Amino acid sequence: MTQISRDDVLHLAQLSSLELNETEIDGLQTDIGNILGYVEQLSKLDTSGVEPTYQVTGLNNVWREDTVINYGVTREELLARAPESDQNQVKVPKVL
Amino acid sequence: MTITDIQNQIKATSARMVVENSIKLARENEQYHAILNLTEERALKLADEVDAGKITGKLAGVPFLVKDNFLAFGAPTTAASKMLEKFDAPLQATAVEKLEAEGAICIGKTNLDAFAHGGSTENSAYGPTKNAYDQARVSGGSSGGSAVFTALNVVPFALGSDTGGSIRQPASFNGVVGIKPTYGMVSRYGVIAMASSTDTIGAFATNVSDVETVMDIMSGLDPRDMTTMPDFFQIKTDAKSGQKIGLIKDFMTDDVDSDVCAKVNEYVEKLRAAGHIVEEVSLPMAEYALAIYYIIVPAEISSNLARFDGIRCGHRAEGVKTLAELYGRTRDEGFVTENKRRIMIGSYVLSSGFFDAYYLQAQKARTLLINEFNKLFASYDLLIGPVAPTTAFKLGENTSDPVKMYLEDIMTVPASLAGLPAISIPAGFSQTGLPIGVQFIGPRQSDADLLALARSMETK
Repeated sequence: MTQISRDDVLHLAQLSSLELNETEIDGLQTDIGNILGYVEQLSKLDTSGVEPTYQVTGLNNVWREDTVINYGVTREELLARAPESDQNQVKVPKVL
Repeated sequence: MTITDIQNQIKATSARMVVENSIKLARENEQYHAILNLTEERALKLADEVDAGKITGKLAGVPFLVKDNFLAFGAPTTAASKMLEKFDAPLQATAVEKLEAEGAICIGKTNLDAFAHGGSTENSAYGPTKNAYDQARVSGGSSGGSAVFTALNVVPFALGSDTGGSIRQPASFNGVVGIKPTYGMVSRYGVIAMASSTDTIGAFATNVSDVETVMDIMSGLDPRDMTTMPDFFQIKTDAKSGQKIGLIKDFMTDDVDSDVCAKVNEYVEKLRAAGHIVEEVSLPMAEYALAIYYIIVPAEISSNLARFDGIRCGHRAEGVKTLAELYGRTRDEGFVTENKRRIMIGSYVLSSGFFDAYYLQAQKARTLLINEFNKLFASYDLLIGPVAPTTAFKLGENTSDPVKMYLEDIMTVPASLAGLPAISIPAGFSQTGLPIGVQFIGPRQSDADLLALARSMETK
């Protein structure tokens, strides 16, 4: 069974851009350990020489003309949905 | 209640009266918590336009409901999350647009597990939907609200999405017809992405013919969803006679509710009486399907849900100083625990050092599963089995153990991983009066054949 430490949980949270609240960490540690324990059964399967399947459309190389598709949405409409905007740009806190 | 019943009511009264009545029924059944927001104002306006002859089409004036992970006008699109609590869609999903082009009228947005992560609707940030037959039990999920209000005849049909069983299982739990089409048959454009390699769009109705009508309208190529195929769906007048059907014996074990097995066996007998040949078949990879699914799907979820970061739309955490803090706090506040669980599992299986052992191994195992299906379809027209191992379980019964909850998906995920069409058809009731569905799984693009067979069996 996969052992997931509290530090592993915090590392995964960081990789996932999640600032977990304290109350959730213990539960997630148990659950993630159990889920990984379950899916680990795949290691029993012999898959040597098997090609992976990444998509099931049966399609490949779907080409289209290099032209702009009109999605019927304006810049103003999209900006209006940003939590904060200024001078036609989405505003965020300082990065550096 | 069928689409034809509704069309007759519209002729006898008006589209406005029919739409008003649907909205009234939705309000009277509030205790099921199947709807997050009504789109009343817009719906009534469209109904008036139908009555004035300005809107026409195959479904002119027919009310329907849309799962709240489809972008639609008239109410927020929340995905049952706090992240998108107030999100006002700037456009509509192709599926909704196509139905509207035929005059159908969306009256509201239905409840789901937040971002469609779950099988009971208990992961909704706004509380669970209750089963149409027993309010102490789950609706199933993730498209629980759509299934329950179809079962309660609030609308003749409703839309859902099915990534690993999210249409089929609630259809089974509430005694309605539900379809997950062939991957690529219906455009997902405008539906909030969960796991892009298995996400599909389908419908619920009280009878097969109505599902066929709706799928016929929604199917086809959409340049905005590059996985869609040219329209291959054509309603078949009659089912092929003497079909060869494989009963998946791996789904009929002692671990499955005896009532569920009994109803599937009864249905098998009816198929035989109707002249079809049913034989037991084995799908050994089915044992691994759930493990494959719970590696690939969280991986795709972790990628698809990265876009919810508080920058361009939706919730943004207050009082943060840095960008990293903004991302972290926004996502903590905007996601439910199940969303976080899946995102973190996804991050784990995709991280360097684990990628080959988990993600790549799962994609190879997926090939083995698809090969087994292909082998069976060389000898059988379709496969049959239960939809889920149980009937609707009690609210709260599985919430403390995610693995136990995931096991509910064990019979629906194989078709999803292989991109195959699968439908859930009412097959009767348990001894305690809960609905039980039977599942048909067919080769790619056999959607119309599966539905024609199910339709031919409705009166038997």
